[in-house]
Amino acid sequence: MHSEIIKPKKKVRGGVAVSHEKHTKDMPVKRIAAPETVVLPMRQHIGAPCVPTVKVGDEVKIGQVIGDSEQYVSAPVHASVSGKVTAVKEVKLASGLVSQAVILENDGLQTEYDFEPPTIDTRADFIKAVRASGLVGLGGAGFPTHVKLNVPADKHVDTLIINAAECEPYITVDYRECIDNSWDVFNGVHLLMDMLDVEHVVIAVEDNKPDAIKILERIAEKEDTEDKIKVMPLKSKYPQGAEKMMVLSATGRRVPPGGLPADVGCVVMNVASAAFISRYCKTGKPLTSRSLTVDGSAVVRPQNVRVPIGTEIDYILKACGGFKEEPEKIVCGGPMMGMAIVDTHHPILKSNNALLAFGKDDMSVKKETDCIRCGRCAKACPLSLTPTLIHRFAVARDAKKLEHAGTMVCMECGSCAYSCPAGKPLVQYMRHAKAVLREEAQKNG
Amino acid sequence: MGEPEMQKMLTVSASPHKRTVHTTQGIMLDVILALLPALVLSVILFGPRALVVTLVSVGACVLFEFLSRKAMKRDMTIGDLSAVVTGMLLAFNLPSTIPLWMVVIGDAAAIIVVKQFFGGIGQNFVNPALVGRIVLMMSFPVQMSDYDAPFAWRMGEVDALTSATPLAKFAEIYGADSVKVAINASDLPTLSNMFFGVRGGCLGETCAAALLIGFLYLLVRRVISPAIPLTYIGTVALIMLFAGKGNLTFVAYQVLSGGLLLGAIFMATDYTTSPISLKGKIIFAVGCGVVTALIRIFGSLPEGVSFSILLMNILVPHIEHLTTPKPFGTVKVKKTKKEAAQ
Repeated sequence: MHSEIIKPKKKVRGGVAVSHEKHTKDMPVKRIAAPETVVLPMRQHIGAPCVPTVKVGDEVKIGQVIGDSEQYVSAPVHASVSGKVTAVKEVKLASGLVSQAVILENDGLQTEYDFEPPTIDTRADFIKAVRASGLVGLGGAGFPTHVKLNVPADKHVDTLIINAAECEPYITVDYRECIDNSWDVFNGVHLLMDMLDVEHVVIAVEDNKPDAIKILERIAEKEDTEDKIKVMPLKSKYPQGAEKMMVLSATGRRVPPGGLPADVGCVVMNVASAAFISRYCKTGKPLTSRSLTVDGSAVVRPQNVRVPIGTEIDYILKACGGFKEEPEKIVCGGPMMGMAIVDTHHPILKSNNALLAFGKDDMSVKKETDCIRCGRCAKACPLSLTPTLIHRFAVARDAKKLEHAGTMVCMECGSCAYSCPAGKPLVQYMRHAKAVLREEAQKNG
Repeated sequence: MGEPEMQKMLTVSASPHKRTVHTTQGIMLDVILALLPALVLSVILFGPRALVVTLVSVGACVLFEFLSRKAMKRDMTIGDLSAVVTGMLLAFNLPSTIPLWMVVIGDAAAIIVVKQFFGGIGQNFVNPALVGRIVLMMSFPVQMSDYDAPFAWRMGEVDALTSATPLAKFAEIYGADSVKVAINASDLPTLSNMFFGVRGGCLGETCAAALLIGFLYLLVRRVISPAIPLTYIGTVALIMLFAGKGNLTFVAYQVLSGGLLLGAIFMATDYTTSPISLKGKIIFAVGCGVVTALIRIFGSLPEGVSFSILLMNILVPHIEHLTTPKPFGTVKVKKTKKEAAQ
């Protein structure tokens, strides 16, 4: 018997050994009762925001389109509860951005729209269907999936990478997707493999999830007559799951700065996104809910929940038993790249995969002291940057040196700031450095 | 405005929201622990005075750091323990017989001038302890080369002989026709005495065994990378292999002599004054090795470790600029002559 397991082609440099904290890994995703109102922002993805297609007073059903855009890089927004449109207004998102939003009052009936499975004969049909499904990257970035799948004609994609690495601490929803919805994952992998017409499929997963590896191995084995599908266990090390790192591990290729995986013949898709696509193609039910890991030292009942998109964060935290201590910080997403939020009255978006509330003792706050040039940030950087030097160049507004040091390559994974003994907010410094470089570039035309 | 209830504010900061437990203080504490074996040996070899010199130096460094920060109205930094490290390192580079007021002058030069005038920890462009030593060497050459013989403290005043360091004896060997004969003719300590520090020298530099234990500790704790010490010592060894006409005993004497081990393990690896990238570290250490060997062979001074590290410290920004690691995914575009001309 041949093996379905492959080794990474190249090792990822740097990275950090972050404590896994996967407390919720044995908790299947639970649906919680839909809230009385949902707030559906028109800006839930990278690209052009949608324009509301409903008006106040309209009755909508679950899955009905309520916002869409003419722009290519965009994805429609669907009603996540059935009921009445009570307002169309601007709201503030967790990121601080302001977006138009449609506010729905739940009638409690959960009436679904009359979905029809899409007819898919060609690749163009498939991409159209994925756009109609409203899918954006469920792993956190929120890039419209159909754009990713629509590889330009001049680029030849030979490898599909299914990302089940889930290297961020705490988050276990992708793991649960592999365990609980393995059929959907299986169907999704085959559908994508056929539609993209790739020669290789690599399912990447960190080796701290042996159960997931076993299931994925069976998925890779089944009906894979040409033996295209392989499982690639990765050493558990943050940020193995970053897109560029995935491509490097699976193929040994390096995505150029500012480039996309397609530039080196790859498409990377989150495992939950792949499973969703197969479900959508079968039922035609668009993206109206998503799974979230709710965890952190301040949460009474950490668990994985499935909530309608647009549910208020406060509502979800209360459904998990509320707080056992006053939260000091609440994070949307993982602890390494997630966003700390100002208050809990923001809606959950399509791309949110976790909600973490930390108490005072679990904050790992560090007083910022002077840089001692120990080089731990450079050692931790998977992209071979030297954050402390880049910060110095940014303070000096030296555009030439910033350019030379590869400032724009930074993906803000946070490995540098995590490992800094002086407690420097290096991700913030890198963002500042990028801003300085952009300003200087503008000045010089 | 006019909120009826005071609501507790959530902390908002840039990601990541988890941090390592390592701190600057922890790193400095590791360096102090790594220096302890050499301190213990220095007391065994040169007596309680070695401990007195070290304690005075540490105390003065911490005091000068405290006073400087106060005078400049900046955050208090004595808690990071870096001044303790500087104090220990400077003391290790002094003979045990040195008058204590001279030690304090060296500490003042190191902490006030080199470290705090340039902004404190992480900002100094040369190693503070090294400059402290050099200032003392220039100012008080006699006292700075008055090395006590090992165990002299136990023999009492009468038998106490000042001992010339082995380095001073190498001068005759460099030019000798037969290196082997020259080594035998000179009354150098045995190699095992050299290894365990039974020789004249600065109080912390003589015992190779203790310094190597400290080196291993720093490696295990991942405080330093082995790149600089190994490259530095290797470069000196290689050049001395040629200078000694292939005589390995001579190479061993060279490696164990002077402050080479102390300098390579504890001074050249100073974060602030050495390059961050691996390539940079290697270039830096090769430079240290070459300059050390050149001073030892051709210089009028017997020892070159301090000056070579100091010289390479100054070149660090340039080394760093030339060895910037290639960012992920970038391809080095080689300019053709035509493009360069345009």
